[in-house]
Amino acid sequence: MTAVLPDLAAGIRAALGAVVDPELDEPITDLGFVRSVAVDHSADPPTAEVHLRLPTSFCAPNFAWLMASDARDAVAAVPGVGAVVVELDDHHDSDLINRGLAAGLGYRGTFGHEAEESLDELRATFARKAHTAAMERAVTALLRTDPGADVAALVLGDLPAGERATEALLHRRAALGLPVDDGAPVLVDADGTRPTPEAAALFLRRARSVRISIDGNAHFCRGLLTTRYPGSEADQAPRPEDRPLLPLTVSKGSRP
Amino acid sequence: MYRKDGEDYFIVDAHIALWDARPENQRNVHGKQFIDCFYDYHRNLSPETEQWGYEEYLYQGGERLMRDVFVDGIVDHAIFQPARLAEFYHRGFGQTEEAFALARAHSDKLTYNHYWDPRDGENGLTALREAAERMRLKGVKLYTADWHGESRGWKLTDPMAYRYLELSQELGIRNIHIHKGPTIRPLDRDAFDVADVDHAATDFPDLTFVVEHCGLPRLEDFCWIATQEPNVHAGLAVAMPFIHTRPRYFAQIIGELTYWLGEDRILFSSDYALWTPKWLVEKFVDFQIPEDMSPEYAPLTTELKKKVLGLNAAKLYDLPVPPELRLPDADETATGPRQPGAADLAGAGAR
Repeated sequence: MTAVLPDLAAGIRAALGAVVDPELDEPITDLGFVRSVAVDHSADPPTAEVHLRLPTSFCAPNFAWLMASDARDAVAAVPGVGAVVVELDDHHDSDLINRGLAAGLGYRGTFGHEAEESLDELRATFARKAHTAAMERAVTALLRTDPGADVAALVLGDLPAGERATEALLHRRAALGLPVDDGAPVLVDADGTRPTPEAAALFLRRARSVRISIDGNAHFCRGLLTTRYPGSEADQAPRPEDRPLLPLTVSKGSRP
Repeated sequence: MYRKDGEDYFIVDAHIALWDARPENQRNVHGKQFIDCFYDYHRNLSPETEQWGYEEYLYQGGERLMRDVFVDGIVDHAIFQPARLAEFYHRGFGQTEEAFALARAHSDKLTYNHYWDPRDGENGLTALREAAERMRLKGVKLYTADWHGESRGWKLTDPMAYRYLELSQELGIRNIHIHKGPTIRPLDRDAFDVADVDHAATDFPDLTFVVEHCGLPRLEDFCWIATQEPNVHAGLAVAMPFIHTRPRYFAQIIGELTYWLGEDRILFSSDYALWTPKWLVEKFVDFQIPEDMSPEYAPLTTELKKKVLGLNAAKLYDLPVPPELRLPDADETATGPRQPGAADLAGAGAR
């Protein structure tokens, strides 16, 4: 009998593409953090084993746990996959995390006295930072073409439609439940609060430091991974164009 | 002293170490993981000509340290900032007695800072008194991510940490260098968060808090705190070598620090033996904000470079600087962005 086996490994990789490093706001597949995906078709249903790797042994264990447990959930949800093993390699907490994942202990069950409630607040903090950075990228891109733009008064409809920076901002606003209509103000906190017109410039300056911090960390983590795991650069996708690692080039004389 | 293009620079390397990570000193796998992590930092960020072999990276010893740090007479003074890591290494990572003896033998060139850990309790307070007297301490290095029995981290706001800060103040240990690390209890929140520095800096206005690697990877949180707290300074350990591999990122870091902190509160550090100071000093003196980033950041002035490379640290540690090399403090506000004009936002800043 011939049947077209669904390419489970590809499906698993696609599912892992939805798992994001919260600090860097990028999929773990683009960062090269997925070391291997193996499917055992001799089992029924087929089983999957995924190995993850990080730039250092001392990457924060709470973020390591988030990515590993999100990866496990994502792979388990792929249709046709039976038992799932997700392991984090070469981390100072590898044993602890891998044991916790295998036994389904959850965050608190895994970390014991080091965990209090949940990692929801940690996730929320970085969803806010991701929005802040996307907002700064969109506004800075606009200011480069129109240095005289009134930043405090900007609404979403003023941003160039279809541009990656604009789309990325809309995406992150939606994730936070912020309005995405053309009339909605651009400069807002994660809870929708607008700065006063006098405070707008400093508000944007702070957002810039958030963006630089995230971009810089992304650059550093990507580089360290390739030092630690030679050849892993082949598994890394370029950072999306809506968030270049370096600022866009500004032609001289673009300012009044 | 370093001379370039007719300018003289008094150089203080504000963060060096004399460590021993050789296998015989490794207590467990974490000792190896820790030095391997450092070695990856070293390999990833060093120019090829400055890269060391793994074996020589594990331990340098005093003689080699003197050669590496003071080669060509560029560095005038260097400050030990040891990490204990007693859970990873039998005799600790930073070699206290070896470094202290070296500093005593070269007191014109070296200052020994020690460490304390609030989880050492009352005994630790007694030990700190003794160390302060024996070592004449002017500063300490704190590593909040250090492991200690069941605990894998602490905060400056822990009640016992306040006892140690009070004692530090009483003993004249004015300079508190803090290294924020990735493991801290509870794991629920961001471990790199520097909010505890904010509280401590407010409650101990007579102490100076130098946040090492300028809060990276949370540059933004650090800048926001440092702009409001005049006694919070930035140490450039780990940030410096970006000047080679990622100069445009380095430009943004130094641009942000100048905007938020001003030029009087940033300290040069090589983080030896992670990196060596000579090439970092040479590159920093030659460094300039790339031209196409000039709408966002003002060029770095020679005065700023002189202050960052040595004068700011010399002031904190009362190091004698030849009169002709000294510079007055910048005329900056006490809080808020210190050099708002240095990092304009296209037209937005003018509104």
